Formats: sequence, C-alpha cells, structure tokens
Amino acid sequence: MFDTDELVLNMGPQHPATHGVLRVVLKLDGERVVDADVVIGYLHRGVEKLCESRDWTQIVLITDRMDYVASATNNLGYCETVEKLLAVEVPRRARYVRTILAELQRLASHLVWLGSHAMDIGAVTVFLYALRERELILDLFEEFCGARLTYNSMRIGGLPLDVPSAWDKKVLQFCNVLMQKLPEYEVLLTHNRIWLERTRGVGVIPGPEAIAVGLSGPPLRASGIPRDVRKDEPYAAYDEMQFDIPLGTRGDTYDRYLVRLEEMRQSVRIVRQAMEGLPEGPIVGKVPRLIKPPAGETYHANESPKGEIGYFIVSDGKATSPYRFRVRPPSFCNLQALPRLVRGHLVADVIALIGTIDIVLGEVDR
Amino acid sequence: MLDSLIYPLVKIVFVLTGVLVAVMYLVLLERKVQAWVQVRLGPMRVGPQGVLQPLADVLKLFVKEDITPARADKWVYTAAPIIVLVPALIAFAVIPFGSNVHLFGRTIPLYIADINVGLLYIVSVASIGVYGIILGGYSSNSKYPLLGGLRASAQLISYELTVTMTFVAVILMSGSLSMVGIVNAQYNSHVWFGFVQPLALAIYFIGALAETNRAPFDLPEAEQELVAGFHTEYSGMRFALFFLAEYANMIVVSSVATTLFLGGWLRPFPNVAALHLLDIVPSWAWFCLKTFALLYLFLWIRATLPRYRYDQLMRLGWKVLIPLAIANIIVTAAVKVIIG
Amino acid sequence: MGESIAFYTLAVLILGFAILVITARNTVHSVLFLVVNFLFVAALYVLLGAQFLAVIQVIVYAGGIVVLYLFVVMLVNLKRPPEVHQDPHRRSRLALVLACVLLAEIGAIAVWGYVRPDVPVSPVSAATAAQNVEQVGWLLYTHYLVPFEVASILLLVAMVGAIILARREL
Repeated sequence: MFDTDELVLNMGPQHPATHGVLRVVLKLDGERVVDADVVIGYLHRGVEKLCESRDWTQIVLITDRMDYVASATNNLGYCETVEKLLAVEVPRRARYVRTILAELQRLASHLVWLGSHAMDIGAVTVFLYALRERELILDLFEEFCGARLTYNSMRIGGLPLDVPSAWDKKVLQFCNVLMQKLPEYEVLLTHNRIWLERTRGVGVIPGPEAIAVGLSGPPLRASGIPRDVRKDEPYAAYDEMQFDIPLGTRGDTYDRYLVRLEEMRQSVRIVRQAMEGLPEGPIVGKVPRLIKPPAGETYHANESPKGEIGYFIVSDGKATSPYRFRVRPPSFCNLQALPRLVRGHLVADVIALIGTIDIVLGEVDR
Repeated sequence: MLDSLIYPLVKIVFVLTGVLVAVMYLVLLERKVQAWVQVRLGPMRVGPQGVLQPLADVLKLFVKEDITPARADKWVYTAAPIIVLVPALIAFAVIPFGSNVHLFGRTIPLYIADINVGLLYIVSVASIGVYGIILGGYSSNSKYPLLGGLRASAQLISYELTVTMTFVAVILMSGSLSMVGIVNAQYNSHVWFGFVQPLALAIYFIGALAETNRAPFDLPEAEQELVAGFHTEYSGMRFALFFLAEYANMIVVSSVATTLFLGGWLRPFPNVAALHLLDIVPSWAWFCLKTFALLYLFLWIRATLPRYRYDQLMRLGWKVLIPLAIANIIVTAAVKVIIG
Repeated sequence: MGESIAFYTLAVLILGFAILVITARNTVHSVLFLVVNFLFVAALYVLLGAQFLAVIQVIVYAGGIVVLYLFVVMLVNLKRPPEVHQDPHRRSRLALVLACVLLAEIGAIAVWGYVRPDVPVSPVSAATAAQNVEQVGWLLYTHYLVPFEVASILLLVAMVGAIILARREL
C-alpha cells in the first residue's frame, strides 16, 4: 500500500550522547536499524607519528592523551613495553604502586562510564553521584603527581616520585567510601524495572562472535569469555594479587553493566591488598640517563578499563625516538562491534549501545 | 450582574495570575529539587538562594529574537504554542481550590465555575491540547520534528484513554461528574477516594506522567535522542509558551488528582469532629499542600528513574495500564452492586 | 434575547468556518478550521442545554476523530493526480448538479416532511439540564441498548481491521 524505503539518519559528530566526536550513519527501516556505519577520525591528532619524533621519555606525556579518562593505564602500558625492550627490571615497590594507580584509574574510568551510560538512558542522578566519587580519585592523583586528568605518572623503569606521606591512608579511606556508595548506584539501577527493560536483551553478542569481531575487556567478559590480560599475562604486580574476573552469561547490555560494577569491587580489593602489602624499596629501577633501547620490536598488552591496550614499538637502536609506535586501542577495536550490535534494534537503543561499549574518542582516533 | 460577571472575572484574574506565578516557581523548584537530589545547589546567583531566577528567565525569553523557520507555515507556527497553553489554563476553570470563603459579607465559593460535567470538561480540554503538539512538529517544516510531534501526540492520546478509565472508577464512587460534587461525595463517604481506589490513583498518576511528557515518559523531549522534539524550531517567547504549558499541565493533573483522590480541599479526617482544630488551616491551604505533594513526586521521579523507550512506553499504556484500569472499573462496579 | 444573539453568532461562525473548511488551499488549515467548527457546534449544544453532548462532541469529534484526520493528512502525501480528461470544468459541473439535487431534497423535506409538534418547544429547564448525564445514560442502556452494543462491535471491528492492515507480517 505505502511505499517505504530506508531512511538514512546521521548521528553526530556533535551529539550529546556520542561521548565525543563520533559520527554514526544509521540506515533505518521505520524505527529499526538495518545498518550502521561508524565514521571516526574527528579527533585524529597523529599521535603515532608524533611519537616518532619524541624522546622515549617524552612519549609518556603523549600517551596520557589517548584514553584521557584512563591516563595512568596508557602510561603504564607504554613504560612496560619500553622496559621490555630495554630489559630493565622494575623494583617491587614501583610495581605495587603502579598496580594501585592502574586500579584507581580503572575505578575512575568505570565511574565515568557508569555516569554517562546511566545519563544517556535517562537516570541523570547517577551521573552526579558517580562523578562525586571520581572527584575523590582525582584528588588522590593530584596529590600524587600534580595533575587531575593527564598524569604523566610513570617513567621508564618505575615512577617519577614516591608516594606522598599519608597518601596510603587516604587511598584506603577512599576505598571504604566507594564500597559504601556502590550500593547506592545499585539501588537506583540494578533492579529497576525500567533499567532492566532498557538493557536486558539489548545488544546481545555471544562469546564466539565477540572474539571474531575483536572485542576485549568488559564487553568480551560479559559474553562469557574469561580473558583478562591481568590474569593471562600478568604485568606490574598482578601476579601477586588475588582477585576474581567477573563473567557475564548473555552478553547483553545488562551483563556488561554488571561486569563493570563487579570489576569496580574487585579493583577496590586489589587496591587494598596492594596498599597493605606495599613493600619498601626504590621507586625506580636502574635505567640509563639517555634511553636508547637496542634495535628490536616488541608488543606488550595491558588491561585498560576499556579492554586490552597493546603497544607495538619498534626501535632501530640508533635514534632517541622509536622507529614505529603503534597502539592497539581497545576502544577502536570494540567500536568495530557497533554495527553488529546495533542491527535490528530501535533507534533509542543505539545510544545505550554506544554507551555500553564504553569508548573514548581520544583512543579511537589517536 | 455582580455575581455573574464581576466575581467570575475577579476569580479568573486571581487564578490565572496564581497559576502563572506558580508555574514560574515550579520551574525553579524543579531545578532546585533536582539539584539537591544530585548533590548540587541549583540556581543560586539571582536573588538570595536563586529565588529571583524565574524573573531572569522570563526577561531573557522576552527579549530573545523571534525566529520563524523559512517556508514554515506561519499561522500554524504561531498558533501551536497558543493551542498548547490555552487548554492548560482553561482547565483551571472547574477546579475547586477550596470551600467557601467569607469576604465583605458575602459567601464566595473558591472555584470559578461548577459545571455538572466538570470532569469531562477537563478531559475535553486535554484532548484539544494534543493539537498544539502535532502542529508544533508540523510547522517546523522538517521531517524529524514532525515525527517527534506525531510520536508525542500518539503517546498523549494513548494515556488520555488510561486516565479517563480511572476517572470512570471515581465517577462510580461519587455518582457525580462535577468536581465539587466529587469532593462532597468524599466528605459524605468519610474517606478520600485515594484510599478506596489505590489502583486507580496509581494508574492515574502514571498516566499523568505520560500525559505531561514527564520522566520516565519524556522520550519525545529528551536531548539525547535522535529524533528531534516537536519544539526544536521554537525559541524565545514561543518556546516559553510550550514550556509554560508543560508545567501548567503538571499543575492541572496534580490538582485533578487532589480533587478526585485526595479529598480536594478537605482536611484529613474531615468527619471526625475531635480533630476540628485542624480547621485552623484554611481549605485552600489543604488543597495547595496536597497538590504540592504530588508535584514534588513528579520532580522526585524525574530525578530518579531512567527513561522508557517509546515502544515500551506504548506497550505499558495499552497492554498493562488500560486492562488494569478496566478491571478496576469492573471490580468497583461489582462491589458497588453487591454492597448496594 | 441573549440567547438569540448567542445562537445567531454561533450559527454565523459555524457556517463561516464550514465554508473555510472547503475553500482553504492548505489541507492542514482545512482540518484546523473543521476543529474550530466542531468547537462552536459544542457551544451550540451547551446553548441547547445538552452539556454532556457538548463535552462528548469535543472529546470524540474535535479531540479524537479530527486528530486522526490530521495524522493522515500529514503522513500521506496528498498530491493531485494529473487531469486525464479533456473537460476541465467537469468536476465543477458535477458538483453543481449534486448540490442542486441535495438542496431540492432538503427543501422537499422541509416543506412536506415537517411535522409540527403538539407540545410547544420550550427551552430546557435547569433541573432537567442538570440531569443530562443520567438521562443520556438511562436511555442508552435501556431503550437504545442494542444500537449501543452494535456500535461498540462496529468500532472493535474497525480497530482490528486497521491493525491487521497496518502490520507487515501476520
């Protein structure tokens, strides 16, 4: 009777809910999404090329700005890769403090994710609550390294400075506060029928498909695949920590939400263990003044809050900057799953799905 | 002459001024309450504790440039906000704000008009308000506001049905369609209808949330959604009218709920003589208190709950609330017949 | 006296807007004029003392049926089909013929079909007016019960039919 054809709807790059300058071109059949085409590159700054003309030490600053919500993790990944190239041993105290910083960073990133995801679906208050707790983490970082967002908090071989006095007490106090507040978020969301209706069964991706499409991190674990770099290829002090990896069953948005919430609890557990068992010792290993790794290439992966962040660095042994600096950004790889996730859903779900993958455009575009 | 013209005119002026001031301060209250729930302070700069913020907002909207989109239907574009606002305001004509008040040796009832089909009048006025939303979307001459407007109006129409079903239950209890008659019926039966018809009250409240496009049913207006809302192309005073209309509607539905379910201007336990010292509080104060409590509930819900998706919203209305409301009517009627 | 003024004003407005409905160029304007027309008809009902009918007129006609018209007008592209036949005035001539036939019929009914009532028609008393809803309800459920039920079934059939037609898959 009526002739219907597909509607092409453009979302972004300026849009309140795309978490940055992301552009998604949707093909709609009525209200259902038939296909989605993700257009990125609006935040491309040439990070990888920039690093080819920077000192090995200077590059730490640049890695800050990729996943700017989880700077310390980026720093950590890069430093460990170079340490692998240099074959430098990092002292135990430095490894412990690095673990604490990485887990605090995971908490901060997940809090931002929780707030913005909930806000996209309409529960605005959770955003304010989550950011209130994140402020405490930012204060801790500010005390440690002087910055709130882009930390430059690691050096090749260790850390730039030692932990300030009374910092450990503040960290433990923060852990207590957060464990008290997590139930508050749960009360608002986890068993709320509207939240369940908006997230259960939305964006289901089964395990094998998740692997095929390149997911990593919480989205992969929510589909039931027990892959976590901290357990499979431990780095920093993770081999000495006791923690669990939360797994989901259905691989829908609700599972991804639960997995990240549980990860926050496990992070607190790790921070407490590391803080209590913090060994004495030097804070930086024996590293030459001028860092010039021998010729060679290596790949090293970390578990960032978004997924597996990997650094592939090629050194030619002669220059003071890397020959090739390549990042495997988790957000970029996870974003590839978006068209697959979004197919068949309604337009209103697209927003929820972008939020559930948890992307940072700085990382996607570099 | 005095009774048929002057008194009603004075009352109308009173009510309209009161409503418009109430709407302005409701906007401020919403911002403040949401802020407090979200561990913030809300507007604080204009006046002490931000109390003069509504004046600043009104002033800003007055002096904003009046933009009309090119090739938009000018008459309809201008008429749409008016068509939304006027029904919201004229609904106050039948709402009883209180019992009689004695001034200058005369007994003046605190309502503008008591018509024998008062409740249906409110329903009819609400159904006219739908046009403003459809026309607002249409007159923007753009695909997405049009679709947004049609969706919003479909939501409104569906929940109008739900709300009217709950009215039937109240009419069964009170035996009268007149608003004053319903309050009197609650007085005579010694109980507020909200206690006897809790399901109807709950369904009415949910329907009222959907009717006024408030969270969790505010998908047509949410900024995060793709399909733009029906008032995308409106700015300045025209947008202010849409905004005013939404909050005026909130006050209307709260007043209607107060009248139908919470005893209107009756004090708690109106027939218990021992509590007559509660009569110190004038009847209109009780009314305002109850309405305010319901409005606070509106604001509280907006700060707390996530948003329903459009299809879930419609499914809730048609497949859950309407059957429940009809079942409620059947049970009420059966009980009435059995008890006699 | 006041009633006559009210009646004639309303009559002029009703007829005026009806004419605007058929002469408006824009279909949406046409529908909107129809809404206003219905509102004035409701006012006429109030004048006659049928308040219940008046609010029902607004709720059902102005607030329900015409909204449907508006939806259809906005969603379906109403383009004029190209004129195939040679005579451009054929439509106007047909309209004139039909209008004359209709006028003749109405005239015939007015002249020969009018039955003068035995009782002089007086304005409705206030007491009966207040009993509006009860009277309508009483009649509807006793004398006119079968037509009432048949009308409900008719509406149900229409709804089911519309839903079936609109679904893609069955």
